[in-house]
Amino acid sequence: MSGRATVQFTVNGKHYAADVEPRTTLVDCLRHDLKLTGTHVGCEHGVCGACTVILDGAAVRACLMFAVQAEGADIVTVEGLADGDRLSPLQASFRKHHALQCGFCTPGILTTAHTLLSEEPDADADRIREVLSGNICRCTGYVQIVEAVLDARAAYKQKWAAAL
Amino acid sequence: MTAVRNVYIGQEIERTEDFRFLTGRGTFVDDYEPTGLLHAAILRSSVAHGRIRKIDASAAIKMAGVHAVITAADIGEKIPTIPIRLAPIKGLERYLQPVIATEKVRYVGEPIAVVLAETRAIAEDATAEIELEIETLAPVPDWRVAETDSTLLVEQNGTNVATRYAVGSGDADAAFAIADYTRREFFHAHRHTAVPMETRGLVAEWDAANERLVVTGATKVTFFNRRALAAMMQMPESAIDFIEIDVGGGFGVRGEFYPEDFLIPFAARMTRRPVKWIEDRTEHLQAANHSREIDCELEIACRHDGTILALRGRIHGDMGAYTRTNSGVVPAKAAQFLHGPYRIPAVKFDVAAYMTSKTPIGTYRAPGRFEANFFRERLIDMAARDLNIDPVEFRRKNLIATNEMPYSIGKLVPYENESAYDSGDYHVALEKCLAAFGWQEKKNLQGRNIDGRYHGLAVTCFVESGGAGPRENVRMLLERDGRVTVAIGSSVLGQGLETVFAQIAADALELPFEAFRVLHGSTTLLDEGFGTYHSRAVVMGGSAILDGAKNLLSAIRAAASLQFNCRADEVSIDGGKAKGPDGRTLTFAALAAAAGPISANGTFANAQRTFSYGAHAAHVAVDARTGHVAVLDYVAVEDVGRAINPALVHGQTLGAVVQGLGGVFLDHLIYDANAQLLNASLADYLLPTATDFPHIRGVTLELHRSPSNPLGAKGAGEGGMVAVAATAANAVAAALSSFGVQPNDLPLSPPRIWQLLRDAASGRQRAP
Amino acid sequence: MKAPRFEYVRPTRLEDAIGFLARHGGDAKAIAGGQSLVPMMAFRLAAPRLLVDIGRIPGLNGIAVDDDGIRLGALVRWRDIERSAELQRAHPLLVEAVRHVAHYQIRNRGTVGGSLAHADPAAEMPGIAVTCDAQIVVVGPRGRRIIAAAEFFAAALSTTLAADELIIEVQLPPWRDNRRWAFEEFARRRGDFALAGVALFYDGGADGTATNIHIGAIGVGDTPVRLTAAESAVEAKRITASIIRDAGAAAAASVKPADDIHAPGEYRRALLGVLTERALARAAGLALREDA
Repeated sequence: MSGRATVQFTVNGKHYAADVEPRTTLVDCLRHDLKLTGTHVGCEHGVCGACTVILDGAAVRACLMFAVQAEGADIVTVEGLADGDRLSPLQASFRKHHALQCGFCTPGILTTAHTLLSEEPDADADRIREVLSGNICRCTGYVQIVEAVLDARAAYKQKWAAAL
Repeated sequence: MTAVRNVYIGQEIERTEDFRFLTGRGTFVDDYEPTGLLHAAILRSSVAHGRIRKIDASAAIKMAGVHAVITAADIGEKIPTIPIRLAPIKGLERYLQPVIATEKVRYVGEPIAVVLAETRAIAEDATAEIELEIETLAPVPDWRVAETDSTLLVEQNGTNVATRYAVGSGDADAAFAIADYTRREFFHAHRHTAVPMETRGLVAEWDAANERLVVTGATKVTFFNRRALAAMMQMPESAIDFIEIDVGGGFGVRGEFYPEDFLIPFAARMTRRPVKWIEDRTEHLQAANHSREIDCELEIACRHDGTILALRGRIHGDMGAYTRTNSGVVPAKAAQFLHGPYRIPAVKFDVAAYMTSKTPIGTYRAPGRFEANFFRERLIDMAARDLNIDPVEFRRKNLIATNEMPYSIGKLVPYENESAYDSGDYHVALEKCLAAFGWQEKKNLQGRNIDGRYHGLAVTCFVESGGAGPRENVRMLLERDGRVTVAIGSSVLGQGLETVFAQIAADALELPFEAFRVLHGSTTLLDEGFGTYHSRAVVMGGSAILDGAKNLLSAIRAAASLQFNCRADEVSIDGGKAKGPDGRTLTFAALAAAAGPISANGTFANAQRTFSYGAHAAHVAVDARTGHVAVLDYVAVEDVGRAINPALVHGQTLGAVVQGLGGVFLDHLIYDANAQLLNASLADYLLPTATDFPHIRGVTLELHRSPSNPLGAKGAGEGGMVAVAATAANAVAAALSSFGVQPNDLPLSPPRIWQLLRDAASGRQRAP
Repeated sequence: MKAPRFEYVRPTRLEDAIGFLARHGGDAKAIAGGQSLVPMMAFRLAAPRLLVDIGRIPGLNGIAVDDDGIRLGALVRWRDIERSAELQRAHPLLVEAVRHVAHYQIRNRGTVGGSLAHADPAAEMPGIAVTCDAQIVVVGPRGRRIIAAAEFFAAALSTTLAADELIIEVQLPPWRDNRRWAFEEFARRRGDFALAGVALFYDGGADGTATNIHIGAIGVGDTPVRLTAAESAVEAKRITASIIRDAGAAAAASVKPADDIHAPGEYRRALLGVLTERALARAAGLALREDA
């Protein structure tokens, strides 16, 4: 046991190793050690959802995990959603529907919605709202966010159909 | 002129800024990490009111990784105070906030010391090791205690009553004396605040060799803040750059000058290291401006037929512990907007502002308006009911008519001239709201109990000011590649102004939208800028762009005339090309390549405000057993004069409504009798989430352009907010009318509604 | 808002984990999902010197259903329960309650064992454990013991688990086929801790009488509680509107919640009565006439 620990994991398909204090949260590690600043910090106590990342396929709050707990994990952040400079269908739908204003909560909303639609491409507006109730947005009032997620479902359904 | 004329204004253009936000490539202040950074954590008072007996940081400073600890003693003989930016009401200037606590602390969250360390975590560790002794003094938890002056927050002032003033027009007392009907009620708008998703933060970098300071993370009113900081640090303004990068929402709170806006730059100069401070959420709730807390005693006088004769009342504003940059805006605007969109021959308001041992008050979206509309519209519904007049009819009868515009409401604010509503058709806005809402179809639900849920409907009307002067400036630069850079003094806090300004500029210069790059906010861009508040960015900044475009076209003509060997007035401009009298043409790119970049300044000055207006309607269902209110439908209608990008205006409306509903049902900064803030976390300070208010609609009208600016735009950021408490509370009252319940105290939390019903059932009267 | 310093270990054997806890006494704390512990550390309300990450210990994340009942490993996450078709049949009350736990992202990480050990008096899982007579299996240096849920919760955020013991499993008695049940909670927002909540079930006889009634409540005291007075009002009776009213009144009368920032105790108490009525009506398939 020492004051620091090495943690290794994959983020957006790339392998990373970081030397951190055990008390470093996953989100602080991503942002400040790995310089992946797309994931945001809104409350640091697990309420606002801005820091949501996808950990081994599940949306989780990266402020409610210490980086050391993610050893060996496969992580996807907002930076991993687009295909290079091409927006994913979900991202494009957000732009089309004006589903963001200041953009601060957006990374967490995208990662959450992406895992939801990946698992439940038929999610209806109520289910989308229920799942997104763990992400606070102060700008939009959520209306256009829900519209954007609903509209993006088609792309996920296609992906499902193709996978079957 | 050709087909490209005016093709972008009015279009729902996709936002320029979205790509970077959607891909995680935005740059918010905590994303900026210069090398050699020190991280700041601030030791804040945990005592509401007390005398500092001892601060000993010797143990903290010895900790590994700790670089310095700053207390008042390190700042110098004279501790700077935060200046007033707006609303200079006499008396409030006696309560300015020192940038760090000296002898006394006056609210929970007041900065006492700044720790600078290699990491934020270490800095936080060290704040816990600072030895602090504070002798507790009696708290001043609310204005009623403040008024007694039994405990003085600032002894030398001899009172906690910062100001009292009276405003009015006409002879209200005479009108009351002869009125058929009068009613007086007490209302309370509770303390809550904006809570943008990104907390405050800044990075200050000191260039010792050149004695220059760069502050990154500035926003809202960067030029004012730079001026303030320069004075405090005794530096020339030109030696300080305030840099605006991406900002995660503001809503009034973010970007004002706060203690940290001095402390962090000071720390950078002292340590000669870059210093970063990122406010954590608890700090944010304790230290960023609170807002709204207003008590109002309001009285209406009417004829039997519902004609309003007069309105009079008292506003009691709880200012918290210090006067900050916004000074008395909140109580002053709460008084001014009591008048509302109605023809009221006489008004009289007494306003008082009190210092209490709580976090200072500042502006939050629709400051004073949210409160004033709640007070007045609640009272109007009560009066209409008393007089047995349909509340919609009551409003129709009293709304100001188009042919009465401009309509003066007199001088209701001590620091402003007489105000006059500029233009509008208030009746049409109301009718459009009723139609969009489906008032006729829903009307039969009023007050009905369906499966244990009591249904209520309400519609209210509002008018709201925006577009504050004095000026805004822009610099426009035609680059060698034919693209145009627009550098503007307005700030961007997430509204999409990079897109909106490009739309305006593209139409004015008849160039494609894609040709524009908008830079904003930073003090490096211009000599002078005024920023973004009071729904002013499009009105003032957008109008400045029109002027800048006109001047840029002149400069382009002048440059082209040299190429064409003709007079400038012989050059015509057409779709991004300059054309000489001989028929030769040069594209802007070719011209700039030949002549060098061409620039022009633009400015727009205006002392007139714009007055947006509209109506809101709500349908609620109240579970009378739990006190839960479900908002089944909500429609906000606002005439914004001209919507540059209707999708963005729509987004402003929807977002504002939900913020407003949070302010009615959820958001509440809860203090106990010792003036301790009890809910400084997002687990306990309840913000609306996606499941709370799903049924929100907005309707943007463009009926009457503002005559005061060339765009014809009116402020559009706050109209979705101003009438929400009014409408939601009236709908709840309507739902529970069979119980005689009057929800006059916000927030309308389930326990409060349950209590009101219980009191009504037991026939008890609530003490005022 | 950074956690205080700590050391971190991630044993892969249960006995090693217990060894760490035993050696460090109260200075060590087990972490699995961390959805309650991490925020407490962020606020520096908890400052363990050693975190023992039990998340990789094999054998603690199973869901087993057999004639003896249901066994949930301590590391079972809320999402595992929500998505388990087997549990939907074997314990629909549990699944319904778990759907109310916090939010999607929290349910992806939070664990059964963590929630029980954290012992928030408004949390769903402790409420289900108490309502359903769960047995909590714990292991420590002195071996394994089973604690009845009724004995497990000592006070708010406090249990009878020793500092060197770990929850490894929770066992719920088998669910009967003719069982009627309901879960009702009221929170300020979806996902918030409930201001009050009620879980109940009973076995419906052919003649319509309710037997084996279990009613438990969360959010109305220091610990989740069984509402025995309300149970008495219902047991061996046919459920009618008046029985429902009696049960609600008995429920409300039997608790004395404290005031806090979210609600006065009187409100929670009245709310409990309403929720009890609603839950009972829903379980019985009766429409409730609800005037204030």
